[in-house]
Amino acid sequence: MSRQYETVIGLEVHIELATRTKIFCGCSTAFGGAPNSHTCPVCTGMPGSLPVLNRRVVEHAVAVGLATNCRITQYCKFDRKNYFYPDNPQNYQISQLYLPICRDGWIEIGTAAGRRVVGIHEIHMEEDAGKLIHDEWEDCTLVDFNRSGVPLIEVVSEPDMRSAEEVIAFLEKLRLIVQYLGASDCKLQEGSMRADVNLSVREMGSGTFGTRTEMKNLNSFKAVTRAIEGERRRQIELLEEGRPVIQETRRWDDNKEYSYAMRSKEDARDYRYFPDPDLPPVVIDDAWIEAIRARQPELHEAKLARYQAEFGLPAYDAGILTSDKRLADLFEATTALCGRPKRVSNWLMVETMRLLREHERGADQLDFSPENLAKLIGLQERGVVNGTVAKRIFEIIFTEDIDPEAYVREHGLETVGDEGAIRRAVEAVMGANPQSVADYHGGKKKAMGFLVGQAMRAMGGRADPGAVNRIVRQMLEGDASGDLG
Amino acid sequence: MECLRWTALELGRRIRAGELTAVEAAQAALRQIDVCEPVLNSFITIDPERVLEQARAVQRGIEEGRFGGALSGAPVAIKDNLCTRGQRTTCASRILGDFTPAYEAEAVARLRRAGAVILGKTNMDEFAMGSTTETSAFGATRNPWSLGRVPGGSSGGSCSAVAGGEAFYALGSDTGGSIRQPASFCGLVGLKPTYGRVSRYGLVAYASSMDQVGPIARSVADCAAVLEVIAGHDPRDSTSLARGDTDFTAVLGRDIKGMRIGIPRGYFGEGLDAEVGAAVRAAAQGLAACGAVVEEFELGLTAYAVPTYYTIASAEASSNLARFDGVKYGYRASGEGLHDMYKRTRSQGFGPEVKRRIMLGSFVLSSGYYDAYYLKALRTKARIKQAFDAAFVRYDLLLGPTAPTTAPALGESLGDPLRMYLGDIYTIGANLAGLPAISVPCGLDSGGLPIGLQLTADCFQEKKLLAAAYAYEQSRPFPLCPMLTAEAGAGGEAADAETRGQGTACERKYICPEQMRREG
Repeated sequence: MSRQYETVIGLEVHIELATRTKIFCGCSTAFGGAPNSHTCPVCTGMPGSLPVLNRRVVEHAVAVGLATNCRITQYCKFDRKNYFYPDNPQNYQISQLYLPICRDGWIEIGTAAGRRVVGIHEIHMEEDAGKLIHDEWEDCTLVDFNRSGVPLIEVVSEPDMRSAEEVIAFLEKLRLIVQYLGASDCKLQEGSMRADVNLSVREMGSGTFGTRTEMKNLNSFKAVTRAIEGERRRQIELLEEGRPVIQETRRWDDNKEYSYAMRSKEDARDYRYFPDPDLPPVVIDDAWIEAIRARQPELHEAKLARYQAEFGLPAYDAGILTSDKRLADLFEATTALCGRPKRVSNWLMVETMRLLREHERGADQLDFSPENLAKLIGLQERGVVNGTVAKRIFEIIFTEDIDPEAYVREHGLETVGDEGAIRRAVEAVMGANPQSVADYHGGKKKAMGFLVGQAMRAMGGRADPGAVNRIVRQMLEGDASGDLG
Repeated sequence: MECLRWTALELGRRIRAGELTAVEAAQAALRQIDVCEPVLNSFITIDPERVLEQARAVQRGIEEGRFGGALSGAPVAIKDNLCTRGQRTTCASRILGDFTPAYEAEAVARLRRAGAVILGKTNMDEFAMGSTTETSAFGATRNPWSLGRVPGGSSGGSCSAVAGGEAFYALGSDTGGSIRQPASFCGLVGLKPTYGRVSRYGLVAYASSMDQVGPIARSVADCAAVLEVIAGHDPRDSTSLARGDTDFTAVLGRDIKGMRIGIPRGYFGEGLDAEVGAAVRAAAQGLAACGAVVEEFELGLTAYAVPTYYTIASAEASSNLARFDGVKYGYRASGEGLHDMYKRTRSQGFGPEVKRRIMLGSFVLSSGYYDAYYLKALRTKARIKQAFDAAFVRYDLLLGPTAPTTAPALGESLGDPLRMYLGDIYTIGANLAGLPAISVPCGLDSGGLPIGLQLTADCFQEKKLLAAAYAYEQSRPFPLCPMLTAEAGAGGEAADAETRGQGTACERKYICPEQMRREG
């Protein structure tokens, strides 16, 4: 490659809002459910039905707008985007084109090269479509309208990003903001956050943009990264060969790591947008905006700083704990119950993270209760259980959210601190392992570790490890002195 | 039967007084329907068993004191673009020929709660697009005043049913005059309420920003009583408004002395039939004799109303009717793959007038033309509203003809759509500006056809409309339409055969209960 190229990237991010009901009707937004069980005349496009806007959708959109430094459009409107497709029951989607609810915002991202500001062109509200299911057996396509009318916001960035790293940083930051606001759970896998990438390349130093393409079907951050790298390479190759980049929409196939042209600008659909006459303009007055601002919870950056100041956590720990809203909530709730931030942090940073990796789950899927973790910490602190037992119990809390106090009682897992019992167990172990005792006396001090382990095992792991250590040493030394004596 | 000549309120009074039962009234209406339908074709769907079942339930309710309303027990006809739960709702279109909604239009639900007995669903122009009821896929409807004439449209079936004595009153919908113009052609009172006064929930949309449900009846008082029942906020319609001023019957009989009435001079220009003009001017004098102060003035922008209306209405229609695609309900043609199925379904399912407006509407919204047509039409609409606002600073009401002519002959209008559109010139202003307007009969032309007087008021001033219309009606009683008899009905059969059976449709309109899809 003889010339140097710069990649210019803008994003369109669809985020499913965490409302109980749909944007224009009272149907449930719950994920799953038998096909077409969460539907009514409105979200199936029955003749004569009319949309009624869900107030929570506006509040979530305004909250995201405020958190991303946008101007709120205090007189905004809904428009119809007209196109025929069977998953779209009215054959138009209610969206916003002319007066979107938020405009002209920005968020700051951190990258290896330092901090950068990425502009937000606009945020608009719209409804999701249904889902087509192809029945191979019957060779027909069925429509499930459960998703139809689920509220979305689309966050449209300015073309301010220059690398996949910046794009991921932007998406991570946006995800944190939205999650912290409680506006969405932002699960990429379940499709509650989806990003389309607009990408063009130009020669370094050029003041004009190249021709861009839009990439769809990116289901994970990894796919986003691969698609950006792939598309950058494809466009540069075209330019190097002296061929033009065609403005088109492309579909990324993450398995083949290649994108396919879906439709070019020439056959781009004419959506015939016009204001939806069924929905009067939405007026958002200052008082409403202030009320939403006042209810705004502590956002990521503030929480990160507070964890260090208030709980004395290292920046690294605070960073991990705040990297997911659910994890942070769990940390705070558990700390409030037991008053031991460091211990809570340790459980979450070490054991929890290990188990998440093992179970291939994300922090947003944590579902054990803070009460049970707090109780476990209490049990350990009071010496009722030792560390080994506590870890074992935690695994069960992690998967089944059991009450550790009841569990310890039922399974008799209290630490045995009774010296007589420990002494009897150690005696038995030493009697059964004369070779180890001899090794110890012969200078192999490591043999003591083996004996301690055997004694712990003989006691079902419930003994106080400190006491076992002390007694094994005493008895080994006592043995030696006896021989000498 | 004598009772068929009564107004709905008169019937309601007598049912409450025990002089006859709701069942007897329904039976009388069904007998008249039997006589008239072979000729008039007012209805698309009638289910006599269901009618009698309702009548019996309402009668019990009246006796037990559950239905005390003024209209309880009165049989009503419903335009077939208002959804009725469990009863076929076709919009007079092949594409919805077998559609039975599982939900009910709010206006219909309110009537039921007030003890109405619903006779059936009336014929109309397909999707309310037309001014003659001839674009129906279920055949044309005849005007009971003159069987060779159209009843007007699009609520022509509702109007012919009420004029012909088949129903005591009816619901219609009015997007560009579809209640007022056929009321005028059929010698009835038809009221288009202020946009937002009556819920549109369950009204199959034609042009959402202008559609409004309203009453059609044989008297102003009936219209007021019906509006009292159907008006009000509906949480399912974001464009409906909550207001307390819905005691419309309270203003009937109120003195209109000093009421200021303006007559737009432009309404009496080219294209207005001389006899209609004379009758409307005479009516203006009649109102002056009642004490109103009547004067002419320049409203302005009248010439722009028709193109503005057809641009906006078609644009909205092109989007509203997109949902009829064969995927979810209604007619589906078989095709090679999805797009072919769409194309065939819509080509076969919609009639020519509907297709014309879908194409016109798609064109004015398409990229490159949006600003020149749709946006310009929205701006003109705003200017027209301003012209009305200025007029209502000076006047309580505006007065003019409802339509430029009396009812045209069957088969005369569809060949020249532009001329037909121009027939809406007086009525569409109220739709563009969201105003309430009423058509009241004000005489017969030399051919014995009814002429309508239109009064228009400022937003939510239905009471002024009703007070003036009532005063005028009392000062100059209008004859009822001569009743069709069984003999006339038999005579009409021959003429009927000519205009029907033009290939477009004609399904059975009586459907027995077992043919119907039932819920649960």
